[in-house]
Amino acid sequence: MSVGAGSWSFTEDDFGAITTTLQKFLYDSNARCALLVDRSGQLVATVGEQPNFDPTAFATLTAADFSANDQLAKLIGETDFNSLFHQGEKESMYLADIARRVILVALFDNRTTLGLVRLKMKESVHDLTKLFELVFSRGADGSVQPPGLLAGAEDEIDKLFG
Amino acid sequence: MSMINYASREINCKIVYYGSGLGGKTTNLEHVYGKVKPDTRGKLISLATETERTLFFDFLPVDLGTIRGFKTRFHLYTVPGQVYYNASRKLILKGVDGIVFVADSQIERMEANQEAMQNLYDNMAEYGYDLTKMPFIVQYNKRDLPNAAPLAELQAALNPGWEVVDPARQRVTPDPYHAGENLIEQLPTGEWIEHATYFEAVAVTGDGVFDTLKAVSKLVLKTLA
Repeated sequence: MSVGAGSWSFTEDDFGAITTTLQKFLYDSNARCALLVDRSGQLVATVGEQPNFDPTAFATLTAADFSANDQLAKLIGETDFNSLFHQGEKESMYLADIARRVILVALFDNRTTLGLVRLKMKESVHDLTKLFELVFSRGADGSVQPPGLLAGAEDEIDKLFG
Repeated sequence: MSMINYASREINCKIVYYGSGLGGKTTNLEHVYGKVKPDTRGKLISLATETERTLFFDFLPVDLGTIRGFKTRFHLYTVPGQVYYNASRKLILKGVDGIVFVADSQIERMEANQEAMQNLYDNMAEYGYDLTKMPFIVQYNKRDLPNAAPLAELQAALNPGWEVVDPARQRVTPDPYHAGENLIEQLPTGEWIEHATYFEAVAVTGDGVFDTLKAVSKLVLKTLA
């Protein structure tokens, strides 16, 4: 499946399973917060301590960061870098690719170690990859119809931009 | 690819301002940032060089109102115009819902505009997106300059129209923004063509900036209707 292809959506059950996986990861790794970001720069989910920064900007920059690093990988003959690590004095972040469509970001401080975060992240990435592949395959076979959320709302749209 | 969040009742859409270098893409975003109420917009993020040329992108999220109880949130991006930044420019198009092509009206920039338009088609095609089937607006910026090319010349060069093959769509469709002009029309040769909606603008003073944004946003929301 190519990056950026088509729409996808997940159900409440999917969301529950994603949240459970992320909560377990936070508990095991002692990281502060886990965010899931779509490759196009949209924030999908946040679990753990609510970050005190603008999550929209964060998601956009994360997607850009990952995309830029993908290109760097290609230049040196790799297909991609499936994880990235940014080290700060107090706060650090570890990012990992999931099914080429989503990025898992863990924010952590000196209450844990990079080794532990990396180890626990690997397990979560494995679980989440399986989960997301199921979500994407469901979207691809056409069994999930687009929501048609604004069906019949043309007048309302016209009024909004009147 | 718009993202609908039922939990927070938000519709998130991605709009990309594309065009040649120094055409006014960032100026469009800066004007929007300066004019909308602070509580309806996020931060304006600029990944630019020291000389304020866009290096990677500018980004501005804005809320344009509520429909059916859903907040409509638009993520506005610009791309770097300079040719040698094509790698980063292409990345920004990932998952795009609507495109604004900002053309520099100056006659000397005609070739650069055409190159950028071709590059847009190529980059979109590489993602498997068809520009002619998605929300797409052309903005002719810098209309106030004395060396601005005539509108007809710009339209002929940058927005000549694409063929309409679907018989159901082959009917004269007036341009809602320009009286007496048509978006879909039949050529004397019998061929049906469709143009992208266009606007004239002076982004530094804000003329045409919101008309463009509203038009592209409306088209994007209508794809969900």
